[in-house]
Amino acid sequence: MAQTVFAPWTDPVQKPLIEFRNVSKRFGDFTAIDNLSLTIYEKEFFALLGPSGCGKTTMMRMLAGFETISGGHILLDGQEISAVPPNKRPVNMMFQSYALFPHLSIWDNIAFGLKREGRDAAFIDERVDEMLRLTRMSRFARRKPHQISGGQRQRVALARSLAKAPKLLLLDEPLGALDRKLREETQFELMDIQEKTGTTFVIVTHDQEEAMTVASRIAVMDEGRIVQVDTPDQIYEAPNSVYVADFIGDVNLFSGTATARPVDMAAAPEPTVALDAEATAPRHDAALRDTVEANTATAQRLPAPDRKGDWLYDKLFRRFMGSRETAPRRLPPPSPAEVAAARAREAPARPADSAPAIKPGGILVDWADGQPPIIAANGDTAVAGEKVTFSIRPEKVTIDAEQPDRPNAYKGKVIDIAYLGNISTFHVELANGTMVKAQMVNARRLANRHITWEDEVWIGFSETAGVVLKD
Amino acid sequence: MRKAVLIAIPYLWLVALFLVPFLIVLKISLSDIALARPPYMPQLDLTQGWAGLTAFFSELDLDNFAFLATDDLYWKSYLSSLRIAALSTLITLAVGYPIAYGMARADHAWRPTLLMLVILPFWTSFLIRVYSWMGILSNEGTLNTVLQWLGVINEPLQIMNTPTAVYIGIVYTYLPFMVLPIYSALEKLDDSLLEAAEDLGCSRFTAFWLVTWPLSRSGIVAGCFLVFIPALGEFVIPSLLGGSSTLMIGKVLWEEFFNNRDWPVASAVAVILLLILIIPIVLFQRNEQKAREAEG
Repeated sequence: MAQTVFAPWTDPVQKPLIEFRNVSKRFGDFTAIDNLSLTIYEKEFFALLGPSGCGKTTMMRMLAGFETISGGHILLDGQEISAVPPNKRPVNMMFQSYALFPHLSIWDNIAFGLKREGRDAAFIDERVDEMLRLTRMSRFARRKPHQISGGQRQRVALARSLAKAPKLLLLDEPLGALDRKLREETQFELMDIQEKTGTTFVIVTHDQEEAMTVASRIAVMDEGRIVQVDTPDQIYEAPNSVYVADFIGDVNLFSGTATARPVDMAAAPEPTVALDAEATAPRHDAALRDTVEANTATAQRLPAPDRKGDWLYDKLFRRFMGSRETAPRRLPPPSPAEVAAARAREAPARPADSAPAIKPGGILVDWADGQPPIIAANGDTAVAGEKVTFSIRPEKVTIDAEQPDRPNAYKGKVIDIAYLGNISTFHVELANGTMVKAQMVNARRLANRHITWEDEVWIGFSETAGVVLKD
Repeated sequence: MRKAVLIAIPYLWLVALFLVPFLIVLKISLSDIALARPPYMPQLDLTQGWAGLTAFFSELDLDNFAFLATDDLYWKSYLSSLRIAALSTLITLAVGYPIAYGMARADHAWRPTLLMLVILPFWTSFLIRVYSWMGILSNEGTLNTVLQWLGVINEPLQIMNTPTAVYIGIVYTYLPFMVLPIYSALEKLDDSLLEAAEDLGCSRFTAFWLVTWPLSRSGIVAGCFLVFIPALGEFVIPSLLGGSSTLMIGKVLWEEFFNNRDWPVASAVAVILLLILIIPIVLFQRNEQKAREAEG
């Protein structure tokens, strides 16, 4: 069953629940939030993501009412709330430290807000029980906060902040104190609860994985500004700046100058072809010869005796045939015909020759002397002639022992391998010293893998795998 | 073995410096006054062996305690002491809590200095400080001189030798004992608890009443006992500042001992005082233990 995609931000008719209009916040000389505008819609799970000190916590505290704003407007449901004190806002917050009242039981903690509203006892009972069920804490209602575990405290804090059914729930680094495994479980639980209650959640975090997992949209912040607001996949695959690309996940960055690529491939010869041909023409044969020679080392090409043969020779033939030569016998260098044949075999795999398969258009990024430029078919030709940064995720970079059939391929040497179990990240140093990270899924067991430290390898990626970012 | 030794040290200390003196006082309180040296009898004469021991014990009686009940001076003094100690504890709390609260809310950089200022009076001898209060409170003292010079009053206030002077003296002397435990409770208080309370609909005042106050309770209780217990047996302050008009058991005890040389009655007064104090001391211990459990 196809579900309609939840994307109120694309619908111009939708009214935002929260609206920041040119909001600024200054602490003395320091500007924490700089003329920031942002809209958050109902039922969203919105993440404010950034390094510490980027202003994300200040944003949240302004929403809760703990910080006054120095300029601009904050609207909730179209109502200006910047002057409303925290205890009068239909907004609740889950604190980073959970801030559970240590002198009250779990039940009383959850009932705290409801009692302040002056609700009758029956309603409070019912609501608290509902919250306890929602967070699966019913068994612990009579305990004090210091008698339960960190994960349980987190759930109580969530229950307490949801008890008053706020229009907006703020979560300040809610999972920071949990260990990794529990954090991952809790992320899904949070999403589940958010969906069940239909409350709008705004989460502040510096953990990009957490933001990617839970959020419907992410705002990446830096120094009091919002750099990009988008869905997690867009943030990851189409970052709008080097900052975002670098902050979210792992990335390889190549800075260089952009040149437009001709749209019609037949009309003009591919510059890479020329470069590639020029760069490899004399070297290629040598490389090929190396390959052939390397091949000769393997059993089927070298006519070497096996152990039984050795024994037979040593015992029997040596007497009349003399001592056996121990140096491995080499075949003569490959004849020109052989080279040609080998080249013919390999030729279709070479990017230069497979040029028609590469998407036309886009730009070339000239990033280092002596290295072919990067082909980025998805690059905006408008940036031609400008300084740009080509960014590509390590998992989109392949690593091979042989030159791969890929539009962009560079030779390098494996310097480091980070084995993470499910994946391995290879740090490959290219000829000009640039380090490139390439990731490979470890589909095979460790023993069967063939690339290791100091190996000469080829890294490759497609013409659309990366993103060209203006500096 | 090591553990046993470690535990034994404080117990030996207690036995040598508390239990043994107490037993001596108890023995004296059961003796009779005598014009002798020491001024009570019977004396334990161990040279006569078992007979001496039984003779000694047979002469001990509760006459002195019965005497305390007959003369209303004693129970009036006990009651007056309890009242003065309780009231001055409340005043100390009222003065000390805001001080502790202010210290705990002050900037981190300032806190060591403020703590220092609270402890600073201890650098001067207690007696000297009480004497200087005499200089301040007497009819020709600093306070009256300044007030008269300002024209607020035209004749000196009689503070010296009244219960007011005793209250001032006790509150002044024991204020640090109230401030420090409350400060230490408030300092541990997480600011986000107050924000959480406000976030859940409390005004500033209700947040204080529902969160800050109950969470500083262990400090309040500790401070109150630390003031109440020594104030109850206080002798120096009432005798220097209170004059003859203030009745306090500490003073009665002193007079019995030194003026009347009635050691047995003085000891009986001391034993009763200790029994009265045992109740708050046990309560205090309980509070400390509860506080420790809540933290653990």
